[in-house]
Amino acid sequence: MNPNTDTKATAKGGAAISVKNLTKKFNHALVAVDNISFDVAAGSTFAFLGPNGAGKTTTIKMLTTLVAPTSGSISVNGFDPTKNANEVRKSFGIVFQDPSLDDELTAYENMFFHAGLYGVPRSETAGRIKEMLEFVELWDRKDDLVKKFSGGMKRRLEIARGLLHTPAILFLDEPTVGLDPQTRNHIWEYIKKLNKERGLTVFFTTHYMDEVERIADKVAIIDHGKMIANDTATNIIAAAGTQSLEEAFIKLTGHNIRADEAGAVDHLRQMRGAWRGGRR
Amino acid sequence: MPNSQTFYTIYILWLRQLKRYLRSRSRMVGSLGQPILFLVALGFGFGPVYAAAGGGNYIQFLAPGVIAMGILFTAVFSGIEIIWDRQFGFLKETLVAPVSRTSIMIGRTLGGATVALIQGVVVLIIASFIGFHPLLINIPAALLFMLGIAVIFTALGTGIASLLEDMQGFQLIMNFVVMPTFFLSGALFPLSGVLGKIALFNPLCYGIDGLRATLTGLGQLPLSTDALIVTAVSVALVGIGAWLFRRIEV
Repeated sequence: MNPNTDTKATAKGGAAISVKNLTKKFNHALVAVDNISFDVAAGSTFAFLGPNGAGKTTTIKMLTTLVAPTSGSISVNGFDPTKNANEVRKSFGIVFQDPSLDDELTAYENMFFHAGLYGVPRSETAGRIKEMLEFVELWDRKDDLVKKFSGGMKRRLEIARGLLHTPAILFLDEPTVGLDPQTRNHIWEYIKKLNKERGLTVFFTTHYMDEVERIADKVAIIDHGKMIANDTATNIIAAAGTQSLEEAFIKLTGHNIRADEAGAVDHLRQMRGAWRGGRR
Repeated sequence: MPNSQTFYTIYILWLRQLKRYLRSRSRMVGSLGQPILFLVALGFGFGPVYAAAGGGNYIQFLAPGVIAMGILFTAVFSGIEIIWDRQFGFLKETLVAPVSRTSIMIGRTLGGATVALIQGVVVLIIASFIGFHPLLINIPAALLFMLGIAVIFTALGTGIASLLEDMQGFQLIMNFVVMPTFFLSGALFPLSGVLGKIALFNPLCYGIDGLRATLTGLGQLPLSTDALIVTAVSVALVGIGAWLFRRIEV
């Protein structure tokens, strides 16, 4: 990647994301996110762990300018999403929980349109698209329509697309849901590589314990919109006096994490007062 | 403030609409079926009656209306496509991009309108093979009216789609917005009496009248009125559509 076009504003070690007393209420009643605060160090991997409806996706939407917070302050790459939305948008790439590709276009066209929307210089566009597609091993499929791709290939393409404009931060909302274990490992290999080699800050949500233990430098446990813990996985386990993160999670929240498919509308589930625990 | 990125964003989204259209041959051919059926069935079916009633050549009267119909349906459909984008996720990709929502909406609308305009031109060509004789010298002016109709109804579709969460409401829009707009526009028969009064509130009525005046010289209203109203409604609906689109939350 060209260092001149890198939008990184924070040096490694500083806070890439800083959140203070963040709250989001829907319809003045449902509290989806309840007064949470945390910092994500630049160049680190940070996991948001919690069951469906815990407020993970709502938090990501607030960090990425899609939803306005009810109260509290956010800083992403040094900018406030409610005031400098476009500066924030330039500084992150995102892989949504559900695919957000245009199925009727080819992989290359999806990349090309993204480059256009993000103002990637025209002279660099072709080179960067090739670099990113090669990185996720999709260059030989560049002219295939996306609707012919498997779930894992779509995810890889979305990661490549999210990184095309050389963001400082990559958001991943449940990036491995619905993928088989082999593909899951594959996806995490790419992400770890990006983090190690390019100093990319990675913020991801998940409800898979093993992913948190393997990948995340730090983990925040969130349940019913509240932050229960925020530390390294090792420290959380030690503080809870348990053998594993899973046991620590049960001890801290009082229930199991539901491990089936995450739905698209987390807060709707919460509205139903749903999340019937105990099924793993 | 508009800058080069704004115009490039508009171009990118216009190009996307066009690529999707050109790639989907079934949609292209499928949406031609209805106008051709109307031209052939109504044209040849009502033709003798219309002539006997002293109306003249019915195909000459009908063709501009059917061209407008082709544009109307394609345009509304292009606008409504936002609902698919919302369901299949592509909308989120555009909404987190560092560009203004207004430029996204304008790009999409111009793309959808271009697709609808192409559809209208194809209907015009087909119509001239089955007995329609347009005034060739007025084709450029007719194209402007066709573009106006296309912009109005793509923007309308975009605006409506911005208010809808899913495709549940689509049939409602077809039956209570698109079909009445079409039938109360003077596309199929000359307007008079109560229908004529109602049609004066219908922007498509002016679009069709302008199209008919330029293509055949058979307009009922002053051409300047047609042009003025089509332009004003285009601008207003793009404005309202952009306002509604800016308010989308995903």
